[in-house]
Amino acid sequence: MPLLAQLVNVLAAFLLLLAFAMLSQRRVLTLIKLLAWQGAALALSTGIVAWSTGQDHLYISAGLTMMLKVLLIPWLLHRLIDRLFIRWDVETLINIPTTMLIGIGLVIFAFALAAPISQMASTLTRSTLGIAMASILLSFLMMIVRRKAVPQVIGFLAMENGLFFAATSATYGMPLVVELGVALDVLVGTLIFGIFFFHIREQFDSLDIRHMETLKQD
Amino acid sequence: MNSAPGIAFQILQSVFVVLAAPLLTGWVNQCRAWLQNRSAPSILLPYFTLAKLFHKDAVFARDASPIFRWTPYILFGCMWLAAGIVPVLATGLPFAPAADIIALVGVFALARMFSALAAMDIGTSFGGLGARREMLIGFLAEPAMLMTLFTAAFISGSTQLTTIVDTLGHREFALYPSLAFAAVAFLMVLLAENARIPIDNPTTHLELTMVHEALILEYSARHLALIEWAVAIKLFAYMTIGIALFAPWGIAEAGDWSALPYAFAALAGKLALAGAGLALIETLLAKLRLFLAPEFLSTAFLLAVLGMLTHFLVQG
Repeated sequence: MPLLAQLVNVLAAFLLLLAFAMLSQRRVLTLIKLLAWQGAALALSTGIVAWSTGQDHLYISAGLTMMLKVLLIPWLLHRLIDRLFIRWDVETLINIPTTMLIGIGLVIFAFALAAPISQMASTLTRSTLGIAMASILLSFLMMIVRRKAVPQVIGFLAMENGLFFAATSATYGMPLVVELGVALDVLVGTLIFGIFFFHIREQFDSLDIRHMETLKQD
Repeated sequence: MNSAPGIAFQILQSVFVVLAAPLLTGWVNQCRAWLQNRSAPSILLPYFTLAKLFHKDAVFARDASPIFRWTPYILFGCMWLAAGIVPVLATGLPFAPAADIIALVGVFALARMFSALAAMDIGTSFGGLGARREMLIGFLAEPAMLMTLFTAAFISGSTQLTTIVDTLGHREFALYPSLAFAAVAFLMVLLAENARIPIDNPTTHLELTMVHEALILEYSARHLALIEWAVAIKLFAYMTIGIALFAPWGIAEAGDWSALPYAFAALAGKLALAGAGLALIETLLAKLRLFLAPEFLSTAFLLAVLGMLTHFLVQG
């Protein structure tokens, strides 16, 4: 295996590790840091794939990832939690060891699912498809087990990271137009979520989304 | 490799580990003192402590049974056996086929079981409490340890430590994401099994937090010395297992006398680095509440499993 492919594999493993770290993290501030790290790993691996395959448009998406997911969105989230005064608490629905065990189950499922696809593919990064799918599922799990709105949004963004990585590893990235569109969507989504948080809190004095269920009763 | 040079190497390694283990403990303590801005004790302090303890008269509790009496010898024997199996200086030792990594974990488990039995034997509340905590940590750490070892075993296709070291030490350079996972998991298990700081504070005598100290509270004189020595050998053995799995370069072949000085130098350098790293970790981290220990160790288990899964996925 060439060294660059090995490097991509290591970064993929790092991505998976970060997904688990997010799953087990109790503090919002650390969650945002982990999200930024995930973005950095993603940008680096996209850059490596671009360099080793000569696909020039991947450089642009790597740069875009760097700008948006490592700098801009974490900064936005940072400002948001400062204004909302929620630097600390994250409540989970299930306790953390159990969540991790479910996570292992998801990883096995994703790997089993990806194995036949990887065998047919011929790209340099085919073996990382399973990891990409696993991190998508793990981010999804995080959105399910978190009770507060901000960690759920972070889970959503992490899921987008996983999708992006899946696209890079399966087909050397989507067409540039699509990627630009997705990047813009994510940015706009984050902004809208930010406004949404304030509204939720104004309405219920809390960011706990369980309160939204009471809407049905009146 | 049951020839005379092999046996000579085996004896050399076993004696070397037993003699050098307190030095490693002394080095870790010294580094820790430096990092915490205290004036450091001599690196030879563990030897002086052992010598002092061996010259004292042993005292037993009135109700002590033979288990209490034998345990220090069993502990010391188990650790010495482990030190003979792990390839510290050379691979292909005549002892090595006696036990693979699974049996090695079993040897450590035997030692743990006897120390817990001895602690409960006296009937003090501290002993029972320490024994329970030790077993809790042990039963969570063991699966993580086994999974870590399995990852390395999958890569090299054998559960014999000496074969693993041979395979990993003589391959061309390659990045193994699975081994990186396994290394982190192994580090966490090492901290937990050797009563190091996130799980247990090796220097505390505060009854609310102590685990390992509570187990050996009733021992004195030569028995205490043997246990302390066994603990030092255990730390040494764990560190050399870590080195064997994740940084096996420079180890000698049994019977190859010319490679021995280099193997000594490489081992000393790696152990010095590992000891300083351990002191750094212990300085940076705070001790976890006991009820967070399962979380810490389940994370270790998770990392080890991830390592194994990653191995199957990316074949490396």
